[in-house]
Amino acid sequence: MNYELRQQGESRSFPAGDPFLAGAVDGADVIIYLGAPFEADDNVAVILIELGTDCLGVHTGENAGREGSNVLGFARYRNGDDPPSNLIELVRQPGTQESAINAAKALFEVAGFEVVVCTDQVGRIVDRLVRPKYNVALQFLDEGLATAADMDLTCRLGLGYADGPIERLERGGLRHHYDVSKALFDIYATPTFAPARRAAIAKQREDL
Amino acid sequence: MKSNIKTVGVCGAGGTMGAGIAIVAARAGFETRCFDTSHEALDRARAQTDSFFNKSVDRGKVSAEDRDIALGRLQPTTTIDDLSDCDLVIEAVFEDLSTKQTLLSKLDQACKPETIFASNTSTLSITEIASGCERSDRVVGMHFCLPAQLMKLIEMSPGLNTSQETFKAAWAWTQIAGQQPVKTQDKPGFILNALLVPFNNDAIRAVEAGVASPADIDKAIKVGLNYKMGPLELIDLVGLDTQILLCDAFYPITLDPRASAPPLLRRMVAAGRLGRKSGTGFYNYADNAMFGG
Repeated sequence: MNYELRQQGESRSFPAGDPFLAGAVDGADVIIYLGAPFEADDNVAVILIELGTDCLGVHTGENAGREGSNVLGFARYRNGDDPPSNLIELVRQPGTQESAINAAKALFEVAGFEVVVCTDQVGRIVDRLVRPKYNVALQFLDEGLATAADMDLTCRLGLGYADGPIERLERGGLRHHYDVSKALFDIYATPTFAPARRAAIAKQREDL
Repeated sequence: MKSNIKTVGVCGAGGTMGAGIAIVAARAGFETRCFDTSHEALDRARAQTDSFFNKSVDRGKVSAEDRDIALGRLQPTTTIDDLSDCDLVIEAVFEDLSTKQTLLSKLDQACKPETIFASNTSTLSITEIASGCERSDRVVGMHFCLPAQLMKLIEMSPGLNTSQETFKAAWAWTQIAGQQPVKTQDKPGFILNALLVPFNNDAIRAVEAGVASPADIDKAIKVGLNYKMGPLELIDLVGLDTQILLCDAFYPITLDPRASAPPLLRRMVAAGRLGRKSGTGFYNYADNAMFGG
């Protein structure tokens, strides 16, 4: 399936040199926005807008739960500075055309990605679920529940994780965790999303 | 590494966890007394233990001779006084504070004064469990992971009154037994369950909020975070009723909203959707259909 890219600045999903960028052609029936200003177009099969911590509704507008068209949001999951994973989170609205969803799924699956579909929520699936856990792990570290190494080892040995929460945060960058958690907290206002102290410190140091 | 511990008792040895712990002890060369109040449970556990060791022989992990020696170290009993000369007694009985306190009180009477008591609790306070006996300085948390005979990790927690000597002796024993101990404070859920139970609840709440289907939530977590199993698959495996028990153990102590049982979880249990064991949970194991998709 052919796709056209409209890019402005660096994409977190497809950094410079990513093979997916090389497959783009002009005039395709799928338009992918990577940072460029979005323009509606009902004449193409699907329009995809790369999201960060923003919702799709910011770009398309919302209409009392009736919003939806041929436009979907997406993000390739990435742990901060780590390379992007193979996961594409597709973001739909209540009235999104099924044909557009199917076309978007097919496009990314043909390109070798694993695709999931979720509603238009800050943090989509992964960040919504994992950020509270990371906040708690950082809180445990402050409270002396265990050392960082023991917490990570426990998750690897006890849960079979590839890496533990602290080493993952350190590798991806605590400031990224702050940014994502802050975006979640700003929308949901539940303490579980409030950035943990160590993430806030990392962010403040970045701003020095 | 040296240890004064030669003989180990396991309480609740007729259960899955207790039987696994007994295997760990016997395999490592310790005389092991397997205590349970039920003859039938002990017989069942023994059959499972025989099967486990036979498979280990078939796979070349243990020689037939070592299997026979290890099995010979396991001595079943329904009499608590048979634990009197144990150097270490590990309890893996029902996860209920008064049950464990009562057991420790009886062990206190039955065992020699030097015996160390270890609790395999996953959610309860070691300090509170230890208050059930007169030797709280000789009680330690020793939380194995299921299946204990395969999982190396043990969360080790001292209670407020646990002596350093006791903790060191118990720690050394876990290492001699071939396990990997990690030290945690005596807090609800220690590390593992304190991170896992609320995370799993969050996944249930995401289903309830219509964020995505169970299959897509699990897929996102597995692919995005490189986990072997998604949270909803895991809950189905552990049992939705067990997840409620964990929540009901955590929430009253922590008052953490993430630890409270989500309404959807309670509704599903009420509907008999307990996960794999009932054939339906977040997934339908009869035809692979999905709940809430």
